[in-house]
Amino acid sequence: MSAFLLRLVARRVGLALLSLLLVSAMVFAITAVLPGDAATEQLGQDATPEAVAALREQLGLGQSVPVRYAHWLGRLVQGDFGRSMVSDATVSELLSSRLPNSLRLAAVTAAISIPLALVLGILAAVRRGSWFDRAVSMGTVAIVSVPEFLVATIAVLVFAVHLRWLPALSYASDISSLGQMLRAFAMPVLTLCCVTVAQMLRMTRAALIDQLEAPYIEMVRLKGATGARLVLAHALPNAIGPIANAVALSMSYLLGGVIVVETIFNYPGVSKLMVDGVAQRDIPLVQACTMIFCAGYLVLVMLADLCGILANPRLRHRR
Amino acid sequence: MPAMSDRERLHALLGEGEGERLLGALRRGLTRRELLGLLLKGGMLAAAAGSTAGLALSAHAQTPRRGGRLRVASAAASIADTLDPAKQANYTDYLRGCMLHNGLTTLDGRLAPQPELAEWFDSADARSWVFRLREGVLFHNGKALAPEDVVFSLLRHKDPATASKARVLAEQIDSVRATGPREVTVTLKQPNADLPVILGTHHFHIVPAGTTDFSAGIGTGPFRLKEFKRGLRSVVVRNERYWKPGRPYLDEIELSGLGDESARVNALLSGDLDLVGGVNPRSVARIKATAGYDVFVTRSGQYTDLDIRQDLGPGASPDFVLAMKYLFDRPRMRDAVALGYAELGNDQPIDPSHRFYFPGLPQRAYDPERARYHFRKSGLGNTVVPVVASPVAIYSVEMALMLQQAADGIGLKLDVKRMPADGYWSTYWMKSPIAFGNVNARPSADILFTQFFKSDGPWNASRWRNPHFDQLLLLARSESDEARRQQYYADMQTLIHDGAGVGIPMFLSSLDGHTTRLKGLSPVPLGGMMGAAFAEHVWLED
Repeated sequence: MSAFLLRLVARRVGLALLSLLLVSAMVFAITAVLPGDAATEQLGQDATPEAVAALREQLGLGQSVPVRYAHWLGRLVQGDFGRSMVSDATVSELLSSRLPNSLRLAAVTAAISIPLALVLGILAAVRRGSWFDRAVSMGTVAIVSVPEFLVATIAVLVFAVHLRWLPALSYASDISSLGQMLRAFAMPVLTLCCVTVAQMLRMTRAALIDQLEAPYIEMVRLKGATGARLVLAHALPNAIGPIANAVALSMSYLLGGVIVVETIFNYPGVSKLMVDGVAQRDIPLVQACTMIFCAGYLVLVMLADLCGILANPRLRHRR
Repeated sequence: MPAMSDRERLHALLGEGEGERLLGALRRGLTRRELLGLLLKGGMLAAAAGSTAGLALSAHAQTPRRGGRLRVASAAASIADTLDPAKQANYTDYLRGCMLHNGLTTLDGRLAPQPELAEWFDSADARSWVFRLREGVLFHNGKALAPEDVVFSLLRHKDPATASKARVLAEQIDSVRATGPREVTVTLKQPNADLPVILGTHHFHIVPAGTTDFSAGIGTGPFRLKEFKRGLRSVVVRNERYWKPGRPYLDEIELSGLGDESARVNALLSGDLDLVGGVNPRSVARIKATAGYDVFVTRSGQYTDLDIRQDLGPGASPDFVLAMKYLFDRPRMRDAVALGYAELGNDQPIDPSHRFYFPGLPQRAYDPERARYHFRKSGLGNTVVPVVASPVAIYSVEMALMLQQAADGIGLKLDVKRMPADGYWSTYWMKSPIAFGNVNARPSADILFTQFFKSDGPWNASRWRNPHFDQLLLLARSESDEARRQQYYADMQTLIHDGAGVGIPMFLSSLDGHTTRLKGLSPVPLGGMMGAAFAEHVWLED
């Protein structure tokens, strides 16, 4: 079994590295096609031809795109993300000030949304057709259809502007006690949960119902198992594969796709860093962010697959 | 408090906005004569002017409170945020820079230079300038301000390795020398009567000699740096050894950049911020309707303009350019697009608050008949003319659509092309035959004219060539006599108004939202928050 798992992991890691390489080449090509470069964006209204030429030279933008890509790749292999083109910091410095914040927000959101989604999803599947199932299904569809900027803005208007219970902005650096953390994270986490819970919940419900209707569950029932045992010990392990994948997708979204939440609450995460990088044509920064998002996604999906395999007796014992 | 009743009287006399503007000016130490001039220029009756000038003393008497922490957000946040004055690029940088640093001079409400770190400055020929430094000024690290700090701070802009944003301005400096224990002499390549204005801008703030690492934010300014997080926020605390007695009033300021306007306004109204910049006119009613909050209006020199290239396309015909200029319904644009938070423009770039504004130039009005006449004369006929606009040039899309409607009425077909903000300046502005641009307020008429209207100016967007204008520009630059400069600049405004391919329908006001506890703001037409220099002037009331 372990040999099988090792082979699988090795293959996955190899494929992941290849994907990263392809993605980096594509991002490099796309950013090269965007109008303007770091020099013109930085100078803005001050962009005289001489100033642009001088700055291009200084930033090393004079070389051709493939040459720059090769340089960047060479440094990356040695673990160096390079220097930011527009700020006087290295990309690693910029990332290290933001990445922990993003991870913290993702972790808190995951800690709340995953158990909530799983429990609700399982209950809805078990009681499918009941008023509870219908209420949950309708509710999630309604919530997932509302764009998150609307959820966030309404939350701010209600809880911050009118009731004044919560702060409208979340500075990650001001947090020193648990109470402060709860107050600062309440609205961003609420907003993100609205998006992620719905997806995971619906996937859990669908996967579980699929299993509960399978012939082997009939067999389990005939064997005499009922209720919790039937669902948790027999049906759920078989449904964990798709559920874990849905969870992985939601988590990868939390890592890099929460730009709306970061903007509205002024939360210092990596999404805003990357958008800023794109706007300023700061290629090394954009590349580093892309690599991190992409790697995070691949790791999460791989973990989800492993979960599915380990939880599923048929896959676990395959020769 | 007597000051309050005076304030009410002033408001009753002049209206709230004008009254506050004057109070601010008085507090900065405007003389009686200057005040009278200001009022008369605004069309005030001499009687009212006289009774207002009597208030000067009580305006000063309004005692600021010491202490408190102010939370401020501006609209710009970027990973390019910097503590190096030479590299400052956005408004958040300027705001922070003014907290940490001083310049040799500072610009007042009419953008005239006033003594700051230099207690006195003069020049006989506008070419060789002598600055006498103030005594007893200390940097945050305890070092006393000396001539070599000034020499270093000015000369570093000329070094290409500094990558200074003010390098073009610094090019005219020939040498900077310490000519005494407290004296610095700046020699220019050509005379420039505006050097004290240039040295009052944010990039020319003074840093200790030999600084290469700017991360500590060492300056002579009213606040010391406590925390700096790029693209996020800065925290500064009171400089107890600041050279201006009694200043600053605040203990601490937290400055952040918050790009989303509604998020800024919400955070203000929820009590999480005390002062926010870049307020949209559409949010004003909401802020004013909330008890304890108000909006501070700065009539700034910023404008959005229509640039018609005169070297190709339809703009090659002067009649077409004139037709377009007559098609701007300026009062309607001001009221409908800017909701009244703008001043009428007259197709020349000097705004009415500027000391060199020429009020004698007749206002160009919306005149479809004249537009039709000039359009016919241009012989353009049924050709569809593309006009490029973008949200990044503030209000330009709305202005373009109003222009299109007006043009329809005279049989001129305009095709409004709305372009995304991303990459607009490098791809469309100055390149398309007709495109909207946006020009931030500049500290001096000379800089504005040199950059945007001189025949070889880098952003002469309409490619206007006028040798007479270029001549006047050089004459005015080397002229120290204020009255004669006034005359040159008046002539130049007339030339641009008549001939350049640039339509300037209005000057945009900057709006800041603030808690009513915040006092001491007065307008500086460079932009909101007193042209970024608010930090040492404001205080929080109980």
